[in-house]
Amino acid sequence: MAGKIVFEGRKGIHLLFLVCVCVMWCFSQVKGAIDEDVAEADIISTVEFNYSGELLATGDKGGRVVIFQHEQESKNRPHLRGEYNVYSTFQSHEPEFDYLKSLEIEEKINKIRWLPQQNAAHFLLSTNDKTIKLWKISERDKRAEGYNLKDEDGRLRDPFRITSLRVPVLMPMDLMVEASPRRIFANAHTYHINSISVNSDHETYLSADDLRINLWHLEITDRSFNIVDIKPANMEELTEVITAAECHPHQCNVFVYSSSKGTIRLCDMRAAALCDRHSKFFEEPEDPSSRSFFSEIISSISDVKFSHSGRYMMTRDYLSVKVWDLNMENRPVETYQVHEYLRSKLCSLYENDCIFDKFECCWNGSDSAIMTGSYNNFFRMFDRNTRRDITLEASRESSKPRATLKPRKVSTGGKRKKDEISVDSLDFNKKILHTAWHPKENVIAVAATNNLYIFQDKIN
Amino acid sequence: MECAVDAQSLISISLMKIHNSRTQRGGIKLHKNLLVSYVLRNARQVYIKEKYAEIYRMQQYEEVMTVCNEIQELNPLDPEPEDAEEEDLEVAALSCCAPLQDGGGKEPETSFYRSCCMETPGSPCDPFAGNGSHCNKTTVLDLDTHVVTTVENRYLHQDCCCSAPQCAPVPDSPVRKRKGDFGCCASDLEEVSDFSASRKRVRREECTDPNYTDTSNISNLISIFGSGFSGLLSRQADLEQICSKQALASLGAWTRAIVAF
Repeated sequence: MAGKIVFEGRKGIHLLFLVCVCVMWCFSQVKGAIDEDVAEADIISTVEFNYSGELLATGDKGGRVVIFQHEQESKNRPHLRGEYNVYSTFQSHEPEFDYLKSLEIEEKINKIRWLPQQNAAHFLLSTNDKTIKLWKISERDKRAEGYNLKDEDGRLRDPFRITSLRVPVLMPMDLMVEASPRRIFANAHTYHINSISVNSDHETYLSADDLRINLWHLEITDRSFNIVDIKPANMEELTEVITAAECHPHQCNVFVYSSSKGTIRLCDMRAAALCDRHSKFFEEPEDPSSRSFFSEIISSISDVKFSHSGRYMMTRDYLSVKVWDLNMENRPVETYQVHEYLRSKLCSLYENDCIFDKFECCWNGSDSAIMTGSYNNFFRMFDRNTRRDITLEASRESSKPRATLKPRKVSTGGKRKKDEISVDSLDFNKKILHTAWHPKENVIAVAATNNLYIFQDKIN
Repeated sequence: MECAVDAQSLISISLMKIHNSRTQRGGIKLHKNLLVSYVLRNARQVYIKEKYAEIYRMQQYEEVMTVCNEIQELNPLDPEPEDAEEEDLEVAALSCCAPLQDGGGKEPETSFYRSCCMETPGSPCDPFAGNGSHCNKTTVLDLDTHVVTTVENRYLHQDCCCSAPQCAPVPDSPVRKRKGDFGCCASDLEEVSDFSASRKRVRREECTDPNYTDTSNISNLISIFGSGFSGLLSRQADLEQICSKQALASLGAWTRAIVAF
């Protein structure tokens, strides 16, 4: 059962969206090739809804950005929300070569972040390892006709043939969506960019690489302010790197960044020009009994996301998701195990490099649920209120229109129940690293290698 | 899905990863290599611990008792004359590191030494203690049994940073010499490399066999990191202090090579 529940809480009447396990998730669409042979360039590397949820952007390893638009619900099929169809496709980044270091710079899109919409056009930031670009996506549905100096096909007219002057008129045309790069923010990062985040002032944004965080103004491309620098004087003393950074959703002076050591630092840009000294330091003490060869790797944080309310933040490390209250630094308020059964397999996962996979996480619109990916095309959702969790699978088999997704379970004990899958049968090549939740509705986008799955809740 | 969780294979796997990262598209990934170096450090610590435990077990009980008696008689500040064996450097370790260090000259090596020398060997448990200019011996104090052992050149690695000008000798540390015979250990440890007393004698040989799984190469590579006997220490704090500093110092050369790009 899905829907809205109204109840009276301490602070008055709340509108609570029942989500997660009470929601029956069903298949909506899948985008991408069915072919078993996956071209590396087609692997989706980032997924992001815009602020209204009308647009959904994906970036891939080939440097392309594909934007889907939510179609209006059709009157014929009211039980379906509208579908997402391709709105625009463009090549955002190309492979480059750094001649000084003899290094190839990958064109893979690491992150896409939308800007809040201010006019008819849409703007987004996309970044690869070194360069951030601001793209303007605009619609053109009119064309000027009746030029004086050129023909309809664009050829210049012979000036002596022009005997009269006319005013060109705008005629309707088939909708064309154009993407044009409006700004290119380059040469500011020595190390690989892992995050970009638009500030709530809508004028600035930050970009973070392994060792530094820079603050940019959207209008200014030839310089940026360095606000965090953790590069040690002697690189031999390097012990941690920055893994993710995000601006606070409401306080434009506040941002956080996570580290490979499993710590999060919250910084206030009003305190100093260089925010090397944090305002808050979030760290959970390590459990010494769980120490292993790989303790450092699995504690490295791969993603950090503020809640929409701005009161909480969520971090993802290899095996778990943690929710932190910004007012409490010494431990998270909630911890969810994503795939604890992998703890005994860490050595194999180290050998095949899966232990380095960087999973992302996301909040739903009301911050009552969180979602993150796993292996075997599984993804997990946790309801923060009921503390229930669910595991779902993004697969072609369960991709019939409006088919309800069946909860999946991984058997950890000796006996494998029916419908359960054993840990050793998991396909570690099928990993869900990128997921996104519509900001207002129960619609989710899940990237499974080269396919994008869209699921929504069943509307009765 | 099973794999060998022993330190040695982890070390070789980790080194392969670091090596492969140099040819990966997009350049060396600092984050991944840092994490790999942590695994390398952890595995090395376990490996050294195991190795030393093995050596320790081989000793005869009588020898242990002999040493205990000798401890009573020794003058702690009496430095031993240098037993200079001018051995050639057994450079399998170095040469295996060569591709990882860009085949560079001595600079990367000296950075090892320099960083190792940065430490203040204040603790009596410091494996480098008492070596001053005697870098062909390693003296270790086992805090559990209060047994002091000195191991000769060829059996266990000794960084010769102590001979470098920037490395100050440590006059306060006790230098104790074991007069026993280590012959029984020779067969197990002869593959471990050592460095000659003088840096100038460091010679590089071409690496013909970049087979990281070879036991001797692994041991040599371990020795490169100059860990000494940190695994012995029973005091957790000292272990942390020395291991972390050493680990980071030794990590440094890798990240340095990595960051060179």
